[in-house]
Amino acid sequence: MKLSRKFVSDYLDLDKNLSITKIAEDMTSVGNEYDSASSLINCTNLVVGEVISCENHPDSDHLHCCVVDIGTEKLNIVCGAPNCRKGLKVIVAKAGAILPGGTIKKGLIRGAESNGMLCSLAELGLENKFLEEKDHAGIYEFPATTEIGIDAISALELDDEVIDFELTSNRGDLLSILGMAYELGAIYNKKVKPIDLNHSEVKENVNDVFKIKIETTDCPLFLAKKALNVTIKESPAFIKNRLIASGIRPINNVVDISNYVMLETGQPLHFYDANSLGDTLIVRNAKENETLTTLDNIKRTLSPDDIVISTPKEAVGLAGVMGGLSTEVENTTKDIIIESAIFDNIKIRKTSKKILRSEASNRFEKGLDPNRTYMAIERSCALLEKYAKAKIMTGTVTYDKLAKENKKINLSLNKLNKVLGITISEEEVISILERLTFTVTKKDSLEVEVPTRRRDISIEEDLIEEVGRIYGMDNIKGKLPVLNVSLGAYNKTKRALKHQLASLGLNETMSYTLIPKEHVFDFTTEKFTPIYLNDAMSEDRNTLRNSLLYSLKEIYLYNKARNNTNLSLFEIAKCFYKENTTYKEELHLGILLSGDYFLDIKKERVDFYILKGIAENILDFLGYENRYSFQKGDLPKELHPGMSACINVGGTILGFLGHIHPETLKDDVYLLEINLDKLLSLKTSKMKYKDISKYPSIIKDIAFIVDKDISSKEIIDTIKKASSKRLTNIELFDLYTGDKIASDKKSLAYKLTFMDTTKTLTEEEVMLEFNSIIDKVEKTLKATLRDK
Amino acid sequence: MNNDKLKDTKKLLEEDLKIASNEKELNDLKVKYLGKKGLITELNSSIKNIPNEEKKSYGLAVNGLRTLFNNIYEEKLEIFKKEELNKKISNETIDITLPSKKIKKGSLHPMTLITEEFEDLFVSMGYTVYEGPEIETDENCFQKLNVPKGHPARDAQDTFYLKDEFENFLLRTQTSTAQVHAMEENTTKGPLRIVCPGKVYRRDEDATHSHQFMQIEGLVIDEDVSMADLKGTLEMFCKKILGEKTEIRFRPSYFPFTEPSVEVDVSCFKCQGKGCNLCKQTGWIEVLGAGMVHPNVLKMCGYDPKKYQGFAFGTGIDRFAMFKYGIPDIRTIYGNDIRFIEQFNRKDDTYEVK
Repeated sequence: MKLSRKFVSDYLDLDKNLSITKIAEDMTSVGNEYDSASSLINCTNLVVGEVISCENHPDSDHLHCCVVDIGTEKLNIVCGAPNCRKGLKVIVAKAGAILPGGTIKKGLIRGAESNGMLCSLAELGLENKFLEEKDHAGIYEFPATTEIGIDAISALELDDEVIDFELTSNRGDLLSILGMAYELGAIYNKKVKPIDLNHSEVKENVNDVFKIKIETTDCPLFLAKKALNVTIKESPAFIKNRLIASGIRPINNVVDISNYVMLETGQPLHFYDANSLGDTLIVRNAKENETLTTLDNIKRTLSPDDIVISTPKEAVGLAGVMGGLSTEVENTTKDIIIESAIFDNIKIRKTSKKILRSEASNRFEKGLDPNRTYMAIERSCALLEKYAKAKIMTGTVTYDKLAKENKKINLSLNKLNKVLGITISEEEVISILERLTFTVTKKDSLEVEVPTRRRDISIEEDLIEEVGRIYGMDNIKGKLPVLNVSLGAYNKTKRALKHQLASLGLNETMSYTLIPKEHVFDFTTEKFTPIYLNDAMSEDRNTLRNSLLYSLKEIYLYNKARNNTNLSLFEIAKCFYKENTTYKEELHLGILLSGDYFLDIKKERVDFYILKGIAENILDFLGYENRYSFQKGDLPKELHPGMSACINVGGTILGFLGHIHPETLKDDVYLLEINLDKLLSLKTSKMKYKDISKYPSIIKDIAFIVDKDISSKEIIDTIKKASSKRLTNIELFDLYTGDKIASDKKSLAYKLTFMDTTKTLTEEEVMLEFNSIIDKVEKTLKATLRDK
Repeated sequence: MNNDKLKDTKKLLEEDLKIASNEKELNDLKVKYLGKKGLITELNSSIKNIPNEEKKSYGLAVNGLRTLFNNIYEEKLEIFKKEELNKKISNETIDITLPSKKIKKGSLHPMTLITEEFEDLFVSMGYTVYEGPEIETDENCFQKLNVPKGHPARDAQDTFYLKDEFENFLLRTQTSTAQVHAMEENTTKGPLRIVCPGKVYRRDEDATHSHQFMQIEGLVIDEDVSMADLKGTLEMFCKKILGEKTEIRFRPSYFPFTEPSVEVDVSCFKCQGKGCNLCKQTGWIEVLGAGMVHPNVLKMCGYDPKKYQGFAFGTGIDRFAMFKYGIPDIRTIYGNDIRFIEQFNRKDDTYEVK
């Protein structure tokens, strides 16, 4: 909402010494933020001058050498405008004048002295939509009666200042000059002046010639009046300039008056050409697929959610949003029907979202004061009579289902002080409420009568906020609350896991939850129902991810394109799916490794086993030591089937790890994903001290030759089965395939550590166990000892 | 004659030891004098040929020779050992300027760092971190926060709805929704003190807006908490996170779920309030929205608004990360360029007890 200082000054005496910035700041401090506050025309040193001579420039086919009288002196000015001529009263920018296009300097133009510039309206920085072609083509021509030497901006009546407010959505009342006047009046403790509604009426009653039928519940209040014999012409300067200051383009006096009254009162009006409209107006919901051509000459297809203004024959306007082309006020219009109404704000919101956001729809959406609906229609008649020579018919066609009484709300001083945390006296509270023009009656508590324009106020807390606003929220002194001691807490596991991963050299990423639909099954085993957005911003982000690995792969590609391929990344974030009618979200851990993991002299390419080491490290860290295994199983098709494994923890597959499938990406990229919510739901045991043996251990090495498809895990499991708890450690220290053994065989060498916590083991005792291990492995896995 | 022999041996021994130039020569001399057939050993064994009355003094003299040899031997041996060690050390000397064996530096995302700082501060004041779901119902995200369908306040939070027959599910637009869960789950309907960090989503994207970003919401419900308590709490928060010199300013505002509502500005930490491009020459930067929980919200979440009052506040974590680390474009935060994320690899807590 743009507030014109001149406009609001019609209704409130603002101190002339108050700068526009100060007013804007004061409004901000009561909750009304602004975007900008400045003069309407940001130019300096402009005066009215008279061209007393105008000769063609000797060295140019279009420039004129003029002498311009500005009262105090006569200036030589070179001007290129085609309409420049002797006797013209013009806008003169003196040397040093600052215009949007730059600063005016004295100088020579093609050898001729020029000590200023004659200006067009376009050069003053007005927005293009307010300018006509002649404002660009030539310099501005003042009426011959204009006094020379005076400030040109004042002479143009554009000496206004404007604050552009960004209002909160509850303050629909501030979308009017009157509302602004009340708000400023509360700040500066000043009274708002009454609005002039006076006009005369001709004998004939509008109710005898015009009927309305309201056929919807979406229109609780509808008023219509008729103005006869309007003269359509240009608006007076003050109306035009105030519209311009408010950001609305002037059209003609009649259209301008409807906008002017909307700005004043906040009530949008609509004027119909009475002859095109006929004698009956119907308000109803649109029929399914009904069409209507709106003022902008676009054919709209409507639905029953839209409210239309209609003749018995057809729809002629989209209520609250835009008028129809067929009943538009034109230069030939004689009589007009004035509409002032209230429509359901939610319906208007829906329609305007679909069709067009306008000054009018914005006001309807925020909700209107029914008393203003009456005020606005009378105000428009007053202005039509004065500025369009209209004859107003007696009476108003009225349909009204709304209450128009002020609300009464009780306010307890004790509650007010308790909520705001201040100590304020009853007198001060009453004084603040009265500045807001609320009426206060002292009873047990304060009974506060709130004017209907303040639709945002309905409960005691709203009044507390009003008092707080004017008292100054910032005048509240801060203190720490005095509360019972209670323990704070946070999810330590998630945090510890992140820190552990970072300590392993991994970098945390944070990517978008939304991914493209066609990739939602990537890196999953496809056993879930995905969740799609109804109203995505783009095809790139229309689906909620079920795996973090698509995002990590995209991050890899992004960095690879920038020549960074040494990546060790992790992300912990939620993944989503639908189960029957419920939406599930589960925390996942994703890891991506590529390039070198150890750097510089000792650098080492990542491989499956480094990733497996990281997996083991974090599973051990989280307390699942000895409870997990890596096994073949159902893998996402984007993983290399020979270089990937499922992660089994406590008997359940909770994730997988491995090399990316060469069909997905040719690079050496390793990926891991674990469902953390499922993992962390598995209970862990308490960390407990284990006795350290005082007795020495005995180490035995053994190498088995087995078929290539026998896994190390099978051998270790067999060794474990054959041994007692004296076998405390099994470590693979060599893996061999090659010339020295058969080509379908491999050799695996293990270091076995035997120890007893109660005594020193003898060689005989160990050999007994060692031999039974060998025996078992040989028999079970068809292994042979390598050194035999 | 025996005396002459002793004297000669002493002279020879002293000369030999003097000439010895390394450990090996020294050990050879040990054999020469003290070995089985060594000169001193021989002198010792010839004692049997010495007349009885001279035996004692002869024996002492031979022992004296042995002691003399050993003393000089030990002395020189130590010198040689030291020389040898010095030589070894000198040979082993390395170029300490060669590059290290690099241990890869991991890092946490800046959003994680900031979130942890916020959490630690509030946990120290007795708050519990509560993370609600990211998929929400329209009811929890809006209606129970006093934003009915068609409310104009919905405009500011353009929402992603899910493709669903009920048109009821959405991605939360604000962490305030976590309030609703926490209040409803609190079966005692008694005092509550929580902070809720997390991801939120809005249909909006430019240099200062990302369709996904992070917020943190705080909520305190008790029988007697006021705007003054809210201000004191936020003063503490802003001073600890942005620096002790930070001032805060309350401006009335409007949020449907709080009444009264305020926006909270902090004095510009870049220019200390003098005015700069960060604060657009105003000296103040808007960082939080806050207010007293609207009685309708309390009621809808099962609390008795006659007995309980509460305050709530919320802010964008991204904004704080941008402020703290000087990140100009929010899209950088979610770009995951390794050159960006690996920068955040060290300790840098603003809030710390010294």
